[in-house]
Amino acid sequence: MVAYVLRRIGSTILVMVLVSLLVFLLLRLAPGDPAAVLAGDNASAEQIATLRRLLGLDDPLPVQFLSWLWAVAQGNLGASLYSAEPVTLLMSQRAEATLSLALATLTVAVPLAIVMGVTAAHRAGTGTDRVLMLFAVAGFSLPAFVVGYLLVYLLAIQAGVLPVQGYQPIAEGIGGWAAHLVLPAITLGLIYTALIARITRATMLETLSEDFIRTARAKGLPMRRVLLVHALRNAGVPIVTVIGIGVALLIGGVVVTETVFNIPGVGRLVVDAIARRDYPVIQGVILVCSGIYVLLNLLTDLSYTLIDPRIRY
Amino acid sequence: MTLTASAPDAPSPAPATSALSQAWLFTRRHPTLVTGGAIISLMALAALAAPLFAGDPSTMNPAVRLRPPSAQAWLGTDHLGRDVFARVIYGARVSLMVGLLVALVAIGVGTVVGLVAGYFRMADAIVTRLMDGIMAIPAILLAIAMVALMGASVWILILAIVLPEIPRVVRLVRSVVLSVRDAPYVEAARAGGTRLRVILSRHILPSTVAPLIVQATYICAAAIIVESALSFLGAGVSPETPTWGSMIAQSRSHLARAPWTVFAPGFALALVVLSVNLLGDGLRDYLDPRTTRRA
Amino acid sequence: MTEPVLSVRGLTTSFRADAFSPWSTVVRDLSFDIGAGETLAIVGESGSGKSVTSLSVMRLLAERTSRIEGSAKLEGSELLALPEAKMRKVRGSAISMIFQEPMTSLNPMMTIGSQVAEVMRCHLGLSAAEAKAEAIRLFEKVRIPNAKDRYDTHPHKLSGGQRQRVMIAMALAARPKLLIADEPTTALDVTIQGQILDLIKDLQVETGMAVLFITHDMGVVAEVSDRTLVMLRGDKVEEGSTADIFARGKHPYTRALLSAVPRLGSMAGRLNPATFGLIDMTTGEATPERALPAAADAPPVLEVKNLCTRFEVRGGLFARVTGAVHAVEDVSFDLRPGETLSLVGESGCGKSTTGRSILRLTHPRAGDIRVDGAAMHALDGKALREARRAIQMVFQDPFASLNPRVSVGTAIAEPFIEQGLGTQAEAREKAGQLLERVGLSAKVMNRLPHEFSGGQRQRICIARALMLDPKIIVADESVSALDVSIKAQVCNLLMDLQESLGLSYLFISHDMAVVERVSHRVAVMYMGEIVEIGPRPAIFERPQHAYTQKLIAAVPVPDPARRVLRRKQDIEEIKSPFRPKDFQPPKREWREVGAGHFVQT
Repeated sequence: MVAYVLRRIGSTILVMVLVSLLVFLLLRLAPGDPAAVLAGDNASAEQIATLRRLLGLDDPLPVQFLSWLWAVAQGNLGASLYSAEPVTLLMSQRAEATLSLALATLTVAVPLAIVMGVTAAHRAGTGTDRVLMLFAVAGFSLPAFVVGYLLVYLLAIQAGVLPVQGYQPIAEGIGGWAAHLVLPAITLGLIYTALIARITRATMLETLSEDFIRTARAKGLPMRRVLLVHALRNAGVPIVTVIGIGVALLIGGVVVTETVFNIPGVGRLVVDAIARRDYPVIQGVILVCSGIYVLLNLLTDLSYTLIDPRIRY
Repeated sequence: MTLTASAPDAPSPAPATSALSQAWLFTRRHPTLVTGGAIISLMALAALAAPLFAGDPSTMNPAVRLRPPSAQAWLGTDHLGRDVFARVIYGARVSLMVGLLVALVAIGVGTVVGLVAGYFRMADAIVTRLMDGIMAIPAILLAIAMVALMGASVWILILAIVLPEIPRVVRLVRSVVLSVRDAPYVEAARAGGTRLRVILSRHILPSTVAPLIVQATYICAAAIIVESALSFLGAGVSPETPTWGSMIAQSRSHLARAPWTVFAPGFALALVVLSVNLLGDGLRDYLDPRTTRRA
Repeated sequence: MTEPVLSVRGLTTSFRADAFSPWSTVVRDLSFDIGAGETLAIVGESGSGKSVTSLSVMRLLAERTSRIEGSAKLEGSELLALPEAKMRKVRGSAISMIFQEPMTSLNPMMTIGSQVAEVMRCHLGLSAAEAKAEAIRLFEKVRIPNAKDRYDTHPHKLSGGQRQRVMIAMALAARPKLLIADEPTTALDVTIQGQILDLIKDLQVETGMAVLFITHDMGVVAEVSDRTLVMLRGDKVEEGSTADIFARGKHPYTRALLSAVPRLGSMAGRLNPATFGLIDMTTGEATPERALPAAADAPPVLEVKNLCTRFEVRGGLFARVTGAVHAVEDVSFDLRPGETLSLVGESGCGKSTTGRSILRLTHPRAGDIRVDGAAMHALDGKALREARRAIQMVFQDPFASLNPRVSVGTAIAEPFIEQGLGTQAEAREKAGQLLERVGLSAKVMNRLPHEFSGGQRQRICIARALMLDPKIIVADESVSALDVSIKAQVCNLLMDLQESLGLSYLFISHDMAVVERVSHRVAVMYMGEIVEIGPRPAIFERPQHAYTQKLIAAVPVPDPARRVLRRKQDIEEIKSPFRPKDFQPPKREWREVGAGHFVQT
């Protein structure tokens, strides 16, 4: 058990190093001289050369990579080329908005999706199933910036019941904070809910055709117990897996949703940074987001052992 | 080995009365497949035939800015007085082309890598780690970073969208290969002295075809969304080309006054993605009936 | 006469694939009664509708794709008309059921205790503590050792036999009036099968419940049932007392079924194998059995010396090798031209791994394998592929051994073309001849495997194995998955081919009765080792090793007159051949007890 946890942590670190390498190469192998871009259009060749030296761009690539990795390992993601502030500071300033949005979405989406998936599987082939799955495939197909503007137009502009845009920190009142989160959370949660609901239905359907479900039914157990105690737990591993993998969708969705609703979060930070070619910020945000993703997936992997007694590595 | 009685393998199909009633029965059995396929075919046809009927997407006419839908402009005009209908039809060209190309490239590359990873244990560890690494980087972030840094040509765009999709194909192909690699019929082929090339091409690769067709439609749908998200965020193909994402981005400040400028491309996008996904679901049920029916 | 526990009248069950497909009937107008304390066996081959009958009575079939008509009364009250909520209260309490697959019929996520306790909490309204105490008592009753400690165990820690005991405890928890046992022993090894059958009989005597026993195995029928009902493709063909059916079965199908059942001991006093005498199931016409010649007195075509195959088991932080499963340990034998040597033993004894190691489908760790003089163990790549021409394999599962997407003609021709033995046209001509030779038509070449039945597919697999003109065929449980009547026919085909082509067989099987028919010599395997090897008459008539004796005694005899509760033996499970890393296999000694008959000491 301990050996398994250690092995999984080891392979997680390996994946993170690989991610760092990919992110590093992406920025270094891009056409054009980063120093020239950084120095701006009016810089002299001498200024660019000085900048190259300062940034360590003259070192061989492996050396550059290792020194960057060493800095990252110490929590130093560098400083913004635009504002000169440390990337970690910029990110922490904007973390509250992004985390509020992501957590609000998660807490509503996951239970809702599982209820939808279980109901659809139980009623497979009926009208209920078709309606739920049509909703799921639609949720899967509607991009955040289409749903977002539709919600804004209907509920904020036309009905006027919710704020149009922006974010209000939780410190300024929980009501305003929540009101500003409703539409973005629905927008962001739609695709995530749809994804989990579809997987839940598919896994439950598969589980419901297993022999032990026939045994449970032959025992005369109430259907609720068959579904929730016997089937759902057996369907648990794939569902938990997709909750973890779906976080990648969530992170991508955050970028778009924050743009639609003009929320000053990490997503806006990176969109602005890309417009300004602010390499350290782009690098830092991608790395941190990937880290969160990898960490969450490590946790879901470890949770398998709690779900399934057969997994004892 | 089971010897129990079971439902008969395949009940005899209903007697064929006519081709038309057969087609109708097929539609009733697979409504999502037919609906999705029909919509997407119409859209593709419209996109191809755009110059014949759609009008000019780029002519600006400041005199008719932000006009609501009318007989002259079916979907109204945008903030520069351009015809929204024409732009929506032309926008389909970029979306569908990117979707199709991304699906083809992802399937092509992913199948080869997945086949190698699934059949050769040595390659498996390396490939699996590499794919874990690519999957760990959020697709949209990776794509906008690539497009922003390498420039916004169509090929860079396709590369940026394809890269995060490849691991999905690799994992799928690998899992199918692993499940048939030790099947008795593959062992029988090995025992009979069949060469590796024939084992792979005759006995292993064909099992991946059905799941790959389904996966290709899902990748196509995802690629269309990512392409429009990139152009929405300003990291897509050049702004002069009409794309649904950039249309929404340019019109969003006029949302309250001229909602059609946002929702016309938005609904077109949603309709295309929805019908591709429906087609995918329909194909999945058609190619593998086990997932929907149970005895 | 008192009212029967279950009375079924005119039961007709149909299935359809979906709402747009027509119905097809799988059980037609079936009627039977079962009284208290009585055992009725429904016997039939695959597709006979016997399992569907039990699922229809329990109403466990999917509502949307099945239709049940007729009547099924439990002590006078109609089950088929009950609302689902009331039917649920019948299931597991008045009627309970045990299934074929003990490995998959228990919920892997729940402890076995809670799975038994929930039945009592649900039907008898017991508290958690009462249900637990009762469950432990039931575990003791079904003879699960250390019942108290086992309460919190998950199913994956138990063997197949133990799991089936848990299923029985679960089925008895609410004291049912009727127990439906659907092939409860089919997936179990023969020594465990006997124990489970005994347990069901004992519990029936104790509780007075009625038992509906569903099986394909005539040996089991003879052993357990008072009355027997024979089904064929959805219809009842005959019903009567078990003794009557066995002694004076009237319907040709019943007699065909009985004639095809291999009977242990039927070969006593004979030196060589013999084909099965068969009765045609529609005409009743009989084909007598025919004795085969002895094996040629020539040098062996296959010599195996000191074969060892181990599977490493890894664990710990760096996935180090912590031990190994000693699947095959120091196995040696010869096979002469025209001879059949059977490898017998129970699951996990290493018999299949031995066969696979000889073909090098699994890499043996040590040992000499000489096939027709070629040192198989030392070859690789092209040389190995060519050496395999002399030795071919027929696998167990006729459905999995043919690629569903490749036509049978291409499948049969493939080894010939791949080995470069001739042109496409020559390959197809030869494939056609072989199809005729195995009893099919050369015209079926372009068909796909799904158009054939299990028995036909196995014939196709045999044709494929013959394509390279091998001297030896390894038949790995090749007839085990087939229905009784088909099994006898395929065995006869194998024996015909042996006679005409001079083939040698390494016949791997767990079925002692079939082995007794087909073999010249027999090797008994246990825990990866051969414990006894010798001429077939010697092994079956004078078994020396305790394990061989136990194996032969456990086989059910398809003769109700000879039924005895003779297996009151200790509850024993088959041990695992897993060994720690530094394990040194002991040096085995052999004793020759008769001509060519060796026993491990």
